[in-house]
Amino acid sequence: MSDHEYTPSSKFGKWFNDRLPLLTLANHLTDYPTPKNLNYWWTFGGILTFCLITQIVTGLVLAMHYIAHADMAFSSVEHIMRDVNYGWLLRYVHANGASMFFLAVYIHIFRSLFYGSYKSPREIIWILGIIIYLLMMAAAFMGYVLPWGQMSFWGATVITNLFSAIPFVGESITTWLWGGYSVDNPTLTRFFTLHYLIPFLILGLVVLHIWALHVPGNNNPVGIDIKKPSKDTVPFHPYIVIKDAFALLMFCIVFALFVFYQPNILGHADNYIEADPLVTPAHIVPEWYLLPFYAILRSVPDKLMGVVAMLSAILILAALPWLDTSKVRSAVFRPLFRQFYWILVADVLILGYVGAMPAEGLYLLIARVATAYYFAHFLIILPVLGWKEKTTPLPLSITEPVLGGSPNLAAARSDEKIEKTIK
Amino acid sequence: MRKLKNIFFVLIFSVIVLNSSNSAEKSPPFLETKWTFKGLFGKFDRASLQRGYQVYTEVCASCHSMKYLTYRNLAEKGGPEFSEAEAKAIAASFEVTDGPDSTGEMFVRPAKLSDKFVMPYANEQEAKAANGGAYPPDMSVLVKARKGGADYIYSLLLGYSEPPEGVELDDGVYYNKYMYGNKIKMPAPLSDDLIEYTDGTKATAEQMSKDVTNFLMWSAEPHLEQRHKTGFRVIAYLIILTVLVYFTMKKIWSRVEPKV
Repeated sequence: MSDHEYTPSSKFGKWFNDRLPLLTLANHLTDYPTPKNLNYWWTFGGILTFCLITQIVTGLVLAMHYIAHADMAFSSVEHIMRDVNYGWLLRYVHANGASMFFLAVYIHIFRSLFYGSYKSPREIIWILGIIIYLLMMAAAFMGYVLPWGQMSFWGATVITNLFSAIPFVGESITTWLWGGYSVDNPTLTRFFTLHYLIPFLILGLVVLHIWALHVPGNNNPVGIDIKKPSKDTVPFHPYIVIKDAFALLMFCIVFALFVFYQPNILGHADNYIEADPLVTPAHIVPEWYLLPFYAILRSVPDKLMGVVAMLSAILILAALPWLDTSKVRSAVFRPLFRQFYWILVADVLILGYVGAMPAEGLYLLIARVATAYYFAHFLIILPVLGWKEKTTPLPLSITEPVLGGSPNLAAARSDEKIEKTIK
Repeated sequence: MRKLKNIFFVLIFSVIVLNSSNSAEKSPPFLETKWTFKGLFGKFDRASLQRGYQVYTEVCASCHSMKYLTYRNLAEKGGPEFSEAEAKAIAASFEVTDGPDSTGEMFVRPAKLSDKFVMPYANEQEAKAANGGAYPPDMSVLVKARKGGADYIYSLLLGYSEPPEGVELDDGVYYNKYMYGNKIKMPAPLSDDLIEYTDGTKATAEQMSKDVTNFLMWSAEPHLEQRHKTGFRVIAYLIILTVLVYFTMKKIWSRVEPKV
């Protein structure tokens, strides 16, 4: 938080600010001291806020034309695509927007993993982030059900059936979720309601996420604590605003390429077939962003244990600040951790790949190995690394060279150079 | 450290190998043809769309519905662009049941521009009964509902052949090398000179397949031309703005070390 007291210059401003300190808040956001060595991986927070607002705005207009009824949902989506003014644009932005949202959130999460942004004193920011991520998955899943295509229907059937794995009460819970004895109209209407609600819950959590961030301030690529404000920081406006704007525009170009030139490439063709409870598709696959967890779910032979493994895979992230025992935040100064970090990235990509493949033969074997490794990374490798690893010396500040002369500032900004120095 | 890197590459490599061995089992590569609607400025071939409609209405429409299309769509921009008079005449050649009138009776009248395409069967059950138990799918969004899209539909239409040795086919089942499982209940729908094109184009099976696939692509994506046009403008605008913002950013950050 900025140290100085803010006083509005105008008389009315002062009168208003004394009663509701909105101007103080605006001043805080403008002056917010930000480390000046943030790289472009740090721009995804702003990009994610943009994604959330885009989804809410397009979703709001789509909801005006969509009909949440098992007999009419599919044709109302076609009505949006054909007859609503720019309906095709709204729907393609919303559908691809979900994918872009997840793309950005995965980059955001993996940035945090690399630079140790989850470590003290930022645990609450991190945990709020995990809750947002969980809600995003719920919102995305329910949104995918709304067009009431084949994948919508069967995806909903598979996922809701997971609850039946709960001992004793599973069956009743599933029936309660469905509002009947199978996925049907009552399921669709409640999913629509929840799909509309969740983004606003996310919005509230995002406010808390940013609030919690503004208490300790941003982490940075060097990962050391810095004095704020100081010569290590720049005010949020205009420095970070313009940098975030530049990154956001680049992101929007990619977004636009999908929306205007490949709007259906991330979806499944079967979802353009209206839901038919009597015809099961050959392969039921979720959207790409849920595939790693789908692979974990299927790699466990027991249904209940599969569900437990899938949930644990996400919830284990919440314990990460305590599982990673290293005092050093940034992977730049952790040569061993850096290797394991990239193996984890590969592991998650492999899980995503086998999640899209049939769960049999070699695919199943790979999924099992990758699942085991995923948990080993968090439960074994990270705690042991913090204790065993020899980290390289940290610089005193992001503007001053490190003790002993080696990695200088330029190196601190580029991992590659650092790697060379170490070797 | 080296070891870990090696393990990493072995994993990636095995995934690639798996992937290629998997694709080897799939159906043969699709037949190649040039689509005008692909690419940055892709547009429909207007004459082909009009011929495609003729193929649909004279051949496909006897079994396949297109329930999301309206006769007015035929005259809309970015589609076959029949003149309004032509579209009205097309609509009027179909009959729809309307009503009830002031006496409470249903009545039959010629279709208008605002009517949906008339369906060949009253319901799914009737369609199945007339087609040996197979339901001829609605074709409005068919191109988007099949993996491979237009290339798949085009190849399927031309993919009929005698079954290879050892493949037994039941009555009313045909062999098609592009169909999932190679068995299809639709007999080869198109053959040379099956119809006579009003614009004098020679109606070969390839020509008809291409025209009708063009038509189906348009019906699945009626705003494709507008999408491409808007998309180009949006992206051009974004690129210009990005460049401007980039230089603004450079200027602002020139006061600070390190520079961005």
